[in-house]
Amino acid sequence: MIDGGVLAAASGAASAAESTAFWVLAVVAVVAALGMILTPRAVHCAVLLAVVMLSLAVLYALQGAPFLAFVQVIVYTGAVLMLFLFVLMIVGVSAADSLVETIRGQRLAAGVVGIGMLVLLSLVVGHAALGPEAAGSTAYGASNVGGLATLIFTRYVFPFEVTSALLITAALGAMVLAHRERTSAKPTQRSMSKLRIASGHPTPLPGPGTYARHNAVDMPALLPDGSAAGNSVSPVIAARRTGLGPAASQETTAGASQDATAGAGQQQEEARP
Amino acid sequence: MSPGHFVALAVILFVIGAVGVLVRRNAMVVFMCVELMLNAVNLAFVAFARMHGSLDGQVIAFFVMVVAAAEVVVGLAILMSIFRARQSASVDDPNLLKY
Repeated sequence: MIDGGVLAAASGAASAAESTAFWVLAVVAVVAALGMILTPRAVHCAVLLAVVMLSLAVLYALQGAPFLAFVQVIVYTGAVLMLFLFVLMIVGVSAADSLVETIRGQRLAAGVVGIGMLVLLSLVVGHAALGPEAAGSTAYGASNVGGLATLIFTRYVFPFEVTSALLITAALGAMVLAHRERTSAKPTQRSMSKLRIASGHPTPLPGPGTYARHNAVDMPALLPDGSAAGNSVSPVIAARRTGLGPAASQETTAGASQDATAGAGQQQEEARP
Repeated sequence: MSPGHFVALAVILFVIGAVGVLVRRNAMVVFMCVELMLNAVNLAFVAFARMHGSLDGQVIAFFVMVVAAAEVVVGLAILMSIFRARQSASVDDPNLLKY
């Protein structure tokens, strides 16, 4: 309990610092969470979720839970959010949420339900007797990890063992669900070459910026007659410039996956001007 | 800071996550809002653990994190297989059982 003694001695300054940190982080977390449900793009949503999770990690550390703070950063911000971002890249990074209400009045109803839930939970929490923090009995600081380990491996050892079964099941389930059987033969170099010749455009498409004023990736190449070659710009970038509807985003993801396999500028399916 | 402040913040974040689940149509974003709700509950657990002066709340929060990680793995795999079949990540599109 040496740490507890030190904490108690420095409690005045520590509580002021904790109060400041709480108010700053609380505002950051709530604003980021609100932005999460308001921003139309899923990637922005993931980044804002990372902000919320990092501020929650600091809040855990403030409350004397350093182990949970680190687990929050490593597991949530490190692993779970990276998984989200990987799947977002597969599903289509440019896929914006459709802002069309499919059920009429759903947003209004959701807002009313949210306000009702907020009132209900506030009443419950307000009626509960939330005392001040218990003095000194929580394992703070250096003894936190040891205390948690003692609890996990004694009183909670059975749930901990069950957790391992859960994790193995989840890993197997993810492998089974995400696995795709190959239904057609794997394209060889010979078959791809034949396809390229048969497409009528055996040479690579012009790269972006060829003979144009800039060589930026979003600048279409100029054809000999001076007109712009629309197929020299990656469809993902072209879609980003024009703004997206749901239909355009699907087309874009298909184009993006082609880019990944065939290389930019070599898509035979593109309509030539 | 009393634990009540932290619980109030947890309530606000939980409600925001719940509204996000109800409002958003992209399945990925719905998943992220579920994660936000789980995080809010974790914050409440840690605050209660501090209030009671025991570590049990922190252990429960740890288990919630484990279960949430497993849930995300399976959920994202389901989402990917749906995306392969339907070319869409919107929660409105999988309606095969509707008619």
